Amino acid sequence: MSVSVEIRDLYIAFGSGPAAVKVLPGVSFKVKAGECFGLVGESGSGKSTVLRCISLLTDFWKGEVLIDGRSVRDLALIERCRMLQMVFQDPYGSLHPRQSVRTVLHEPLVIHGLGDREERMQRAITDVGLPVEFLDRFPHQLSGGQRQRVAIARALILEPSLLLLDEPTSALDVSVQAEILNLLQRLRDERGFTYIMVTHDLAVVDHMCDRFAVMLRGEVTEILPHEAIAVNGATHPYARELIGASLDYEGIR
Amino acid sequence: MTTVPQRRSLPGFLIALKNIVAFLLRSPTSTFGLAVLALLILTAILAPFIATHDPYVQALGNVLQPPGADHLFGTDELGRDIFSRLVYGARITLTIIFLVSIIVGPIGLIIGTSAGYLGGKFDTVMMRITDIFLSFPSLILSLAFVAALGPSLNNAIIAIALTSWPPIARLARAEAMTFRNADYIAAARLQGASTSRIIIKSIMPMCLPSVLIRLTLNMATVILTAAGLGFLGLGAQPPMPEWGAMIATGRRYMLDSWWLVTFPGISILSVSLAFNLLGDGLRDALDPKQMNRR
Repeated sequence: MSVSVEIRDLYIAFGSGPAAVKVLPGVSFKVKAGECFGLVGESGSGKSTVLRCISLLTDFWKGEVLIDGRSVRDLALIERCRMLQMVFQDPYGSLHPRQSVRTVLHEPLVIHGLGDREERMQRAITDVGLPVEFLDRFPHQLSGGQRQRVAIARALILEPSLLLLDEPTSALDVSVQAEILNLLQRLRDERGFTYIMVTHDLAVVDHMCDRFAVMLRGEVTEILPHEAIAVNGATHPYARELIGASLDYEGIR
Repeated sequence: MTTVPQRRSLPGFLIALKNIVAFLLRSPTSTFGLAVLALLILTAILAPFIATHDPYVQALGNVLQPPGADHLFGTDELGRDIFSRLVYGARITLTIIFLVSIIVGPIGLIIGTSAGYLGGKFDTVMMRITDIFLSFPSLILSLAFVAALGPSLNNAIIAIALTSWPPIARLARAEAMTFRNADYIAAARLQGASTSRIIIKSIMPMCLPSVLIRLTLNMATVILTAAGLGFLGLGAQPPMPEWGAMIATGRRYMLDSWWLVTFPGISILSVSLAFNLLGDGLRDALDPKQMNRR
């Protein structure tokens, strides 16, 4: 079920000629099968862009993204959709305001011609801890946390192996954040997903991730195990500073 | 729990319709619009029962009679009862409105949403075509079409439709461009939805309310253009009781017999006013933020 991901020299620039902005000058990292890999860094450091490149939402990058040794570009659309799914940052913007939860979950099943639709929808909605009656609700009838659960259910319904999490909790209340993180943790234990998770919050990384990469201006400065956070075991000065700032903020020191 | 979603969406749609009507009835202006529209539809359906005379029967011994007990709105230069002609004319007006809407709405929506969502060269080509249509005065363009196709009611409808889709396409494009980068569109793409599926299932429902409002507000212009074409002798042909054509023929007797032009004029005025007010009301009714505020 779980897949490994390898990214080699991922390069992307917006614009052309000398005015082009190199967003990712050459990112490389490896994620082991079943691992939760964090991407942290300041705003604009290219974390989310990495996810959009892996999912081919942005497709004019150079370099290689290999999932279990196969390039994402070689995967057929249908296969790619069942291989990787994404959970977006803002649950208020990631659900279609005029589609009920049922429609949201039903659409991918129709597109992929999967059977047992009612059963699959019910399983997806109960997997994320919502009652089956929520299938007939519209997004405006749900709270932020419930919306994010629906967004996770939408990602799960195609049974992917790789989940790309783009700051899945940053738009949520602290107590709801914990619920969603625990949900993601539980799903990983049950299904053995590989996660690549973008976040600002090192506490989230510490809680969820096995290893994480610190990004600065589109480059991976350092890849560290999550244990390095508590002792600030980074060697790169920027990564040290970032972790140090976070520790000060959390009041751990 | 095994009900198919299609069966569920119908009552939902009816509930939405009920809510919108209830909202419209709260403001006097949109109530007026709704009432006039309802009156127009009822008149058109029940025309044979409402009309006091046959609208086509001429009575040359009874021409240009002023309004009175026998002829409610008087008679025209051929002795035909003006009230009955107005009643039957409601059918023509309604036909024009209906046909123009079902041609213009889908064309504008499809061109606008696909141009807005796809962007790039397709967008440029589509918008330049739209620009060309927009840069003609619509009545003159309709005139040219009717002159080329020959004067008749159907050609007038085609001509009006050809000139009134560009603003709708523009509007739908602008709306589509605001939604194309939304996360829910990205999510649909990640689920493998094809471009046409995304446009139809995700983009169009978002553009529909504003297109509907624009279509309603456009109806006043459509009615006036139809009446104008009728007046110029390029729309409905005599002896059809089209309101614009009635004014055109009544014009010659206007000084002595005011009722020939006044009553068709009032009809055109009130129906186009009703559509304007209804469009205004719909703009508030279909805007969810407005709905919550009241």
